[in-house]
Amino acid sequence: MSERGMHDLLGEHPFFAGMPSEYLELLAGCARNEVFRAGALIGREGDPAERFYVVRSGRVAVGIHVPQHEPLVIATLGPGDVLGWSWLFAPHAWRFDAVATHETHAIGLDGLCLRAKCDADPALGYEVVQRFARILVQRLEATRVQLADLYGKADAR
Amino acid sequence: MRPRPHQVLEVKIETADVTTIVVAPIDAEPPLVARAGQFNMLWMFGIGEVPISVSRIRRDGALVHTIRAVGVVTSALAGLDAGGVVGVRGPFGTGWDVDSAAGRDLVVVGGGIGLAPLRPVVEHVLANRGDYGRVSVLVGARTPKDIVFGEDIDQWQHSDLGVDVQVTVDVAGAEWPGHVGVVTDLIASAHFEPARTIAFVCGPEAMMRFATRALQELAVPLERIRLSAERNMQCAIAQCGHCQLGDVFVCRDGPVLAAARLLPLLAVRGR
Repeated sequence: MSERGMHDLLGEHPFFAGMPSEYLELLAGCARNEVFRAGALIGREGDPAERFYVVRSGRVAVGIHVPQHEPLVIATLGPGDVLGWSWLFAPHAWRFDAVATHETHAIGLDGLCLRAKCDADPALGYEVVQRFARILVQRLEATRVQLADLYGKADAR
Repeated sequence: MRPRPHQVLEVKIETADVTTIVVAPIDAEPPLVARAGQFNMLWMFGIGEVPISVSRIRRDGALVHTIRAVGVVTSALAGLDAGGVVGVRGPFGTGWDVDSAAGRDLVVVGGGIGLAPLRPVVEHVLANRGDYGRVSVLVGARTPKDIVFGEDIDQWQHSDLGVDVQVTVDVAGAEWPGHVGVVTDLIASAHFEPARTIAFVCGPEAMMRFATRALQELAVPLERIRLSAERNMQCAIAQCGHCQLGDVFVCRDGPVLAAARLLPLLAVRGR
């Protein structure tokens, strides 16, 4: 796909909504379309996190491996969501497992390529970090809601 | 108002701790007629009495209640077999004003057992689909095993009436093919026009607070968000004060209340 086509695809994804065109151009140079079949392992806890993905269709389960237990799914991601932030922060290793539960179409962005561009252009870096920070805040809030065990037993009668 | 004896006609186990019972009056009096969102006081003789929402509206005079066994009375109710007898007072309280939603987009958010009082709303909407705009039914539960009315949800999802039904759980095993995440995630991805939307939300109070915030962030006006409050109803006729929140007697003025009225009361610490 041409960089122009990728530029437009990225611009259509909610994660990049409103991002200046020149930045999309830079991002497009680090991006490629990817397809994961149902059951495909996209990222494994501890493995190098070299990419992140903006999901266009399908569904990805984010889970934790607990020894001697079945895998535990703590979130699912679908169209419009972003998978992976570990590429941005050292030690650049996946914190969770990520498995496609349905055939999933995504745009994968090369973390090394993007970090180099962010280092070279701090304004781009700030833009990217701001967008990831928003996602992290949302995930943190969701985790707190889950921790609150909203459906726990409150009544005792 | 004295409890009227009702006989259990049917029992359905919904989940490990949730059971639905269908009861009908034994006496010769006319049957009790409830609206969606109202509750009855169910009395287990010699044990105690609890408020339980109506979870389906039937036209044959039978009452349908879905009970989560969390204490002595609710466990006794959930343990009833067909033929057992329970006392019933009611119906009490306000209901979901389904007529006010006519012509609008409707978002129904049910968390855990909170789906029980909302099931009659969904069934009413499906029976009168043309009266409503876009309809989203968003269901949250702790795990897949805790989803109540699974068969109904499946039917709603597969009806050709254009109702968007989404289910999420807080945590799941790898075999669960559906959505995992908090119910507020579903609100963000549902399709409705905020300015013309009315929302009915029922579930634990914390969940209703988060759901209301998510709806407001999408610009649904607070005055068009209705919540169902759960409180310690005892007399159910606004006399004993057990369910009182500020100037609101939840048994009489609720359980369904406008979010603009209920949320400030829930924000008071120490209640």
